[in-house]
Amino acid sequence: MIYDFPIIFSSVMNGLMLGGIYALVALGLTLIYGVLHIINFAHGSLLMIAMFAVWLLLETLGIDPYVALPLMVAGMFGLGYVLYKGVVGPMSHGEDANILLVTLGVAVILDNLALYLFTGDTRIIERPYSFEMVEIGPALITLPKLISFLGSLAVCLVLWLLIDRTDLGKAIRAVAKERQGARLVGIDVENIFALTYAIGVACLGAAACLLLPTFYVSPQVGNVFVIIAFTIVVLGGMGSFLGALVGGLIIGVTEALGGLFLGEALGQIGISLIFILILLFRPTGLFGGAK
Amino acid sequence: MLEVRGLRAGYGQIEVLRGIDLDVRGGEVVAVLGSNGVGKSTLNNNISGIYRPFGGAIRFDGTDITGARPPSIVARGLIQVPEGRRIFPNLSVRENLELGSYLRARASRAKNIEHVFAIFPRLQERIGQLAGTLSGGEQQMLAIGRGLMAEPRLLILDEPSLGLSPILVEEMFKLIARIAAEGLAILLVEQNVVQSLAIADRAYVIEKGVIALSGKAADLLNDPTLKASYLGL
Ligand SMILES: Nc1ncnc2c1ncn2[C@@H]1O[C@H](COP(=O)(O)OP(=O)(O)OP(=O)(O)O)[C@@H](O)[C@H]1O
Ligand SMILES: [Mg+2]
Repeated sequence: MIYDFPIIFSSVMNGLMLGGIYALVALGLTLIYGVLHIINFAHGSLLMIAMFAVWLLLETLGIDPYVALPLMVAGMFGLGYVLYKGVVGPMSHGEDANILLVTLGVAVILDNLALYLFTGDTRIIERPYSFEMVEIGPALITLPKLISFLGSLAVCLVLWLLIDRTDLGKAIRAVAKERQGARLVGIDVENIFALTYAIGVACLGAAACLLLPTFYVSPQVGNVFVIIAFTIVVLGGMGSFLGALVGGLIIGVTEALGGLFLGEALGQIGISLIFILILLFRPTGLFGGAK
Repeated sequence: MLEVRGLRAGYGQIEVLRGIDLDVRGGEVVAVLGSNGVGKSTLNNNISGIYRPFGGAIRFDGTDITGARPPSIVARGLIQVPEGRRIFPNLSVRENLELGSYLRARASRAKNIEHVFAIFPRLQERIGQLAGTLSGGEQQMLAIGRGLMAEPRLLILDEPSLGLSPILVEEMFKLIARIAAEGLAILLVEQNVVQSLAIADRAYVIEKGVIALSGKAADLLNDPTLKASYLGL
């Protein structure tokens, strides 16, 4: 078999499209890690919940996923905030090891709740634009994939502006490195924890809306993304913003090319290879040590 | 302005402060002296709401702030520049200063940054530099600058000369005198006894968890007990 340029190009394109979503999921994870110093094990389950919510909004109220995006971002933000203030924060007693277990517990509860409510079935949605194609150079990309890519980049940009430019963003970065100093300028550190967690979870609301027109949803769907997102967070450098974005795109492309050359079943090996290679040469990840 | 009455404070089972009475009046510079580990920083952090006192009362402008949370204390204009600087290493000099006005004096942020730069021209030269890469002296300037950004009514300075070279220490005291001359009330915790007493109006000496000595700075400077027990003269 000969792999000519158009096939490889379109594979890279498809990889980039998926990579955008990976980046979005990883971004929330890396933000939460960078500030709270915990790995949010509930991340995949929260994405799954968000995807079911998007599915329900369409099935029951006829709200298109793209129209639902602001609603979902706000809703997931609220859920994240309440989850931190009500469960994760109070139950962790300031100990990081506890927060880890608490988020794991939340994941188990959410997963089983979804199984109970929605059964284990896999569901997809169909929209008028589902199979519309867009030409990019020699490649044909479905419109929803292109939208998901551009949408992910847009959300990343908004989030970056928020963290880089606003007082809230500065406070979040301050709390990440110097909690005592933050308290002394009047920053409500506990509230910043909750807001950070909420922002990380809000990313999942956006990801779910961008994802659903091209993907399926089931109670296990979170696992697909979260393991890759963990990989990206480590690959990009724990807590690094840019790392999550670049890492997400690299992993997306690697997965697509791996699938092309090694077949769907073995495609994921490429991810492990890239992962090991990068960490071999840069043990702190691509952008490790940065903010 | 600040009234501390019978303050008891410590950590867990250990009581470090066992009944402290202390006052700072408007526009006054008050020095707090005492040997290492006597509880000076503990006092500051209980006033600032970082820790909750075991007992006693703290009033600021007549309002009881005992056990209040730091945001509400900062909002009143009681600002601490802590021991060890506690600046934000991953933020630029400018961002550190901006966060100084996170809760207070937000509207006059731009004006106050200029004010801080007038006091510390060195900071202006390094405005975009990450605070963690500043020298120790520059970090101390930044910590004080960040405190000033909130337009404090009372500024607590915890060992501002710590880790500075002798020349910088001298500069630092001149600077504190200059800030005080602008009418700001200052609670100054220091190891440099003579220099602190030189710029202070009054002083307290903490020993074994209580105020062992207090009075006018000028009188304390000549006090034989202070000289003997604390200055080792
Ligand atoms: N977070 C803490 N937990 C437990 N004990 C503490 C804590 N912070 C301080 N201590 C103890 O409380 C006592 C007073 O400490 P504090 O820092 O207030 O002293 P200090 O007078 O500021 O000393 P220095 O001049 O060295 O700064 C010390 O014995 C110290 O070991
Ligand atoms: Mg101290």
